Amino acid sequence: MAECIIELRHVSKDYDGTEALKDINLKIHRNEFVTLLGPSGCGKTTTLRIIGGFEQPTSGEVIFSNANINDLPPYKRRVNTVFQRYALFPHMNVFENIAFGLRIKKLGETAVRSKVKKMLRLVNLDGYEERKIDSLSGGQQQRVAIARALVNEPDVLLLDEPLGALDLKMRQGMQIELKNMQQALGITFIYVTHDQEEALTMSDTVVVMRDGRIQQVGTPIDIYNEPKNAFVADFIGESNIIGGTMIRDRLVQFAGSTFECVDEGFGENTPVDVVIRPEDIELVPESEGMLTGEVRSVIFKGVHYEMLVATDGYVWMVHDTLMQPIGSKVGLVFTPQDIHIMWKEEG
Amino acid sequence: MSHKWAASPYLVWMALFIVVPIILVGYWSLTVKTDAGTQFTTENFRQFFNPVHLKVLFRSLELALIATAVCFVLGYPLAYILARNNLRHKNTLIMLLVVPMWMNFLLRTYAWLTILEKNGVLNTILRWLSLPEINILYTKTAVVLGMVYNFLPFMVLPIYSVLSKIDPSIVEAAEDLGADWVTVFRKIIFPLSLPGVFSGIAMVFMPSVTTFVISKLLGGGHYSLIGNLIEDQFRLVDDWGFGSAISLVMMALILVSMALMSKFAGEDRGLGLW
Repeated sequence: MAECIIELRHVSKDYDGTEALKDINLKIHRNEFVTLLGPSGCGKTTTLRIIGGFEQPTSGEVIFSNANINDLPPYKRRVNTVFQRYALFPHMNVFENIAFGLRIKKLGETAVRSKVKKMLRLVNLDGYEERKIDSLSGGQQQRVAIARALVNEPDVLLLDEPLGALDLKMRQGMQIELKNMQQALGITFIYVTHDQEEALTMSDTVVVMRDGRIQQVGTPIDIYNEPKNAFVADFIGESNIIGGTMIRDRLVQFAGSTFECVDEGFGENTPVDVVIRPEDIELVPESEGMLTGEVRSVIFKGVHYEMLVATDGYVWMVHDTLMQPIGSKVGLVFTPQDIHIMWKEEG
Repeated sequence: MSHKWAASPYLVWMALFIVVPIILVGYWSLTVKTDAGTQFTTENFRQFFNPVHLKVLFRSLELALIATAVCFVLGYPLAYILARNNLRHKNTLIMLLVVPMWMNFLLRTYAWLTILEKNGVLNTILRWLSLPEINILYTKTAVVLGMVYNFLPFMVLPIYSVLSKIDPSIVEAAEDLGADWVTVFRKIIFPLSLPGVFSGIAMVFMPSVTTFVISKLLGGGHYSLIGNLIEDQFRLVDDWGFGSAISLVMMALILVSMALMSKFAGEDRGLGLW
């Protein structure tokens, strides 16, 4: 891994007695694309604002390039932010918005012109210099906001749900563009979103948060394939979560049967959560199934069908490209690798 | 479209109490009653440009400008402080600002008379503290003071309203881009508050330039303003023609200055009053 550029050490944040962040420890490396992912109110935006300097942590340290920056005001930090609702300056045109940071640094007019022009080309807004902000579409405002932050060549770019206000098609396009920009410019991106698909598409590292705590840090593949707990499994993609008992290493019991699995170290006869992804379940003729059930509903999802199959005691969600009609009896098959065992959550 | 009729009471009201009076004022200003009947004349307007009357006009403009400037200098910081999010007792402070407006305008101005009198409240306190007395009653200062006191809320409230609507993330964005407090204010907050500033200026300047009560009570007749001149024509001299002409000239002046200001304020951010 490259050198660590930002580190949060035991960062907590209270708002009038309610804890927004609880003991956050996180290392972010140079040129990394890190996504803070979680439902609203999980503390992801607060974490970002603490890095940006807009909030002070109640306790803990914010380290930037090996120096504590707790008391450094936002305008002295070498990070720039793309705000949720863009926060463009309404009384300035596109050019002046982007040039704002450069003018504060007292750059010469020629340098300002060439840098802004370069940025406009990067975000595909050539020729928009004189346009007023309120004459731009949401997607264009978004690009201006990104250009305004990137033109300052920050070490780290903070993005607070920057694509939240865009429609799906534009969002997917921008995801790819952002990822390309990040790789081309070699800037560290810290990206906040509640959209798990966005997180998986763009990130090098995903930080899943809930109730002010970090649940899991890992690559998108790790997070998806090896979720640490039922919350992560449920939040990242669709999941079937069912209570079971770990009989011993590599043997688990749920839904009235015993199955081989690959997990170890849970002890014997321990209550656990069992997670199986809908796309990992295969539907076969009833006689060949490890579990049998009846198809209750079918929804066409484009690439696949989403079917709910009721077995004895649990309704399984199954994704398959082949449709089984409602009411038909089917068998369910999954491999030991598809069974993910998790500690039961407290409470 | 089907509710168009709902506007008719307002149209009738406006016709009766705004359009008709203006037509009447226009009629009086352009006519003169002689033995031979009513005749058309421009004499009323020509009379206005008599140096004696122009002097009154310039005095009115001067005092109103000073009062507006003082209101701005006092009012902007106050509005800025009030608009800050983290201010405690904010509503109480705004209440305190507005409460005097619930009291009768005349009464408020009379109150200043009692305060500023030779043996008034102010001098009694000063004497008690063995400080030199202040005698500003019946001076320009007293008139300006009266204007500032009465019209300050009209400066503060529009500025406050614009300032408190500025998206805090815009300010954060400016800080994020390297702007310290002074730069944020100079380049972001102040430019964005200009529509409020212009409304405030208009709302203080207009009543100041046309007031006749404040100048009469606190100026003691020594500082006759354009408002007093108009009042005198109607109540003392009984020259409705000249009174109407001055009123129309004032109206034209105000309209022109408002138009100029909204032009400065930018085409798409009008005054709201205009």
